[in-house]
Amino acid sequence: MTLLTQTNLVLIGTVLLGITAGLVGTFAYLRRQSLAGDVIAHSALPGLCLAFLITESRSVIVLLAGALITGVFGACMMAVLRRVSRLREDAVLGTVLSIAYGLGIALTRVIQNHYRDEQGADLESFIIGRAATMLVGDVVQIGIAAAACSFAVLLVFKEFKLLSFDESFCRIQGWPATGLDLLLMFLTAVTVIAGLPAVGVVLTAALLIIPAAAARFWTDRLSGMMWIAAFIGGVSGATGTLLSAKLNAMPTGPLVVLTAAAFFVVSWMFAPQRGWLWNRGASREELASAAEEIISGQQTSAAEAGT
Amino acid sequence: MKILLLAERPSVPFDSVLARIADALGESHIAVENAAGTIVVGALCATACALVGCFLLLRRMSLLGDALSHSVLAGVAGVYLINGSIDPIPMFLGALTAGIITAVATQFIHRTGSVPEDSSIGIVFTSLFAFGVVVVSQAKGVHLDLDCVLFGDLAFAGMNFRPVGGWLIPEAVFTLVPTLVMTVAFLALCWKELKLTSFDPTHAATMGFSVPLIHYLMTTAVAMVTVSAMEVVGLLVVALLTVPACIARMLTDRMGRMLWIAVLSGLSCTTLGYFLALRWNSSAAGLSAVVAGVELFVAVLVAPRYGLLGRVRRSLRLRIRIAAEDVLAGLFRRMERAGSVVSESVAECRSLAGGGLAAHIAVRWLGQRGLLLTSNGMAQLSDKGQRYAQGLVRSHRLWESWLDQNFALPPDHLHDPAEAMEHFIGPEVQRQLEDDLDRPSSDPHGREIPGAPDVRASETNRP
Repeated sequence: MTLLTQTNLVLIGTVLLGITAGLVGTFAYLRRQSLAGDVIAHSALPGLCLAFLITESRSVIVLLAGALITGVFGACMMAVLRRVSRLREDAVLGTVLSIAYGLGIALTRVIQNHYRDEQGADLESFIIGRAATMLVGDVVQIGIAAAACSFAVLLVFKEFKLLSFDESFCRIQGWPATGLDLLLMFLTAVTVIAGLPAVGVVLTAALLIIPAAAARFWTDRLSGMMWIAAFIGGVSGATGTLLSAKLNAMPTGPLVVLTAAAFFVVSWMFAPQRGWLWNRGASREELASAAEEIISGQQTSAAEAGT
Repeated sequence: MKILLLAERPSVPFDSVLARIADALGESHIAVENAAGTIVVGALCATACALVGCFLLLRRMSLLGDALSHSVLAGVAGVYLINGSIDPIPMFLGALTAGIITAVATQFIHRTGSVPEDSSIGIVFTSLFAFGVVVVSQAKGVHLDLDCVLFGDLAFAGMNFRPVGGWLIPEAVFTLVPTLVMTVAFLALCWKELKLTSFDPTHAATMGFSVPLIHYLMTTAVAMVTVSAMEVVGLLVVALLTVPACIARMLTDRMGRMLWIAVLSGLSCTTLGYFLALRWNSSAAGLSAVVAGVELFVAVLVAPRYGLLGRVRRSLRLRIRIAAEDVLAGLFRRMERAGSVVSESVAECRSLAGGGLAAHIAVRWLGQRGLLLTSNGMAQLSDKGQRYAQGLVRSHRLWESWLDQNFALPPDHLHDPAEAMEHFIGPEVQRQLEDDLDRPSSDPHGREIPGAPDVRASETNRP
């Protein structure tokens, strides 16, 4: 029983979460839906508050169920606005995100003022993330949700792969591309929502984006990218949780994100082929050889013109 | 906050006006002064944000506002780490620097790492924000308020007065007014350049304007506005940057008007948001965003040109007009064949327009306008209806002839395009077609092309 302390359990939860975020994030990244995760996370905040106001429950799972509903609703609003209004992608993202966050903040304030001495702080910990406040049962349930998401991604790996690289071909082959897109959106939502208690509303999208973006530097193969992203996500989750447990006052979310960001900087700088340092050297060589080619080409054409 | 004795408390500007309002409402003078302070501060924020927000929207950079508002915390935290103090001026400069670093780093990662732009924005701002939160959570004994960043504190900013030269002025005014003045000056001075680079950067570049220079000036302006507004509304500055601009974009196509509408909607958001917050004892900044959301929802629904309802209404009207014209043209052809006015059952008329609800409404409408005379379930064309229908059939056959003359189409391919075009050919185009075809008397199928009716039925209002 000594191994199953609060910290160790939370650790297992965040590692599972990191791995899932890496796997799901890979596809979100390739489908250019990284920031949709951010919108879902912000739309989750009103759901947390409403779930609390309606049920008066403190159970994390009940609150997260509310969060999932409004999170998915936010994603739908995004799709609707994109279709019926003349606003472009970036404006739609910014609009839905800020309105949902504003509503969430307004509701949080109402709850804080209403339940002044009891549990106002509970909701606040969802904004930045504080894994230490989670109960054992919650951790187990979140871990199961994360594992289920990972499993689902591995199950439809082939279909997602097709969708990510050649959507038209996917449609022609008779796959339900829209359905697959919705599934990906749903998996993104579940991952983001599962990450809320540990990483928080403001930062949970980073968990989807950063490991995947970092992994992209190391490989051109999808399966490789997935495993590297999962690895980076898992290690970031573990490091963040451990640091947060050791340094008492520190919220977990930012530490997880900073660890992932460190991975990203290292990848961006030092990765072979696609890394910045590699390309600085390579581009100079390429420039030189290209210049040489042009000069020799001009000489031959000049020689041809001369004869 | 210093507690000033009531006797030596300087008065706020317009105190006599405010006192009269307070008496009229039966509120305490202090409460009304605080309300006025909050409304002024909110209005300054909203105006500055709406102005730069419009350009962000047009340049597809709305997410930059989101990113900047998060990374500002890193700037404040960085200055605190270096300086150990929270003097406002270094903090402001640090935040501004962080904002500019965000914009530059986003572009840099996007270019050198071929990371998609949205992802690179997401990476930069979350990392910087995380850094900021970590530093702030460790800043013990110093007033660095994370809650203020996360929640915004519009109501507090409005009552945090500072005495200056015998007046009490809300503290935030001293950063917001210079910011607003500089923003307006920048927009006024670079109006033409901003407009050009926003709408057609390539054209601007070929004309010799420095597009990157304008871009970075714009980014600096946005960073400045974000930093000053953050003190008051926190992360919700994104709402004030994005949503009013979106509302204005739904309502107009003109740049100047867009700015005005955005400013007005921003002002209404913060003011209404504040009153709702008083009423529900909630966050003024949060409710401002909610009010903005409601306004946007209404704009998306009822905007005259781009609104959902308007578009649905226009397309329904077109459908009914086409159905009505199909009925008229169909009856006219039967009349031609029979050689005299024919009566058809109303049901038959509806089936001429393909049946369904649109046909039902179309036949009713034709009757109401006196184009169709109905009695006892039978209908026939009135004189007016005949003239209208003659124009339609004329358009149809002229178009068939014109297609036949200019394109090598088989005869059975002429009817369908003409059936679609007949609804959109007016007397003017008819004349042009006729001239172009040397006044033909019959169409390719050998049927007579009717002459122009004396008065085309366009005099009758179309539905």
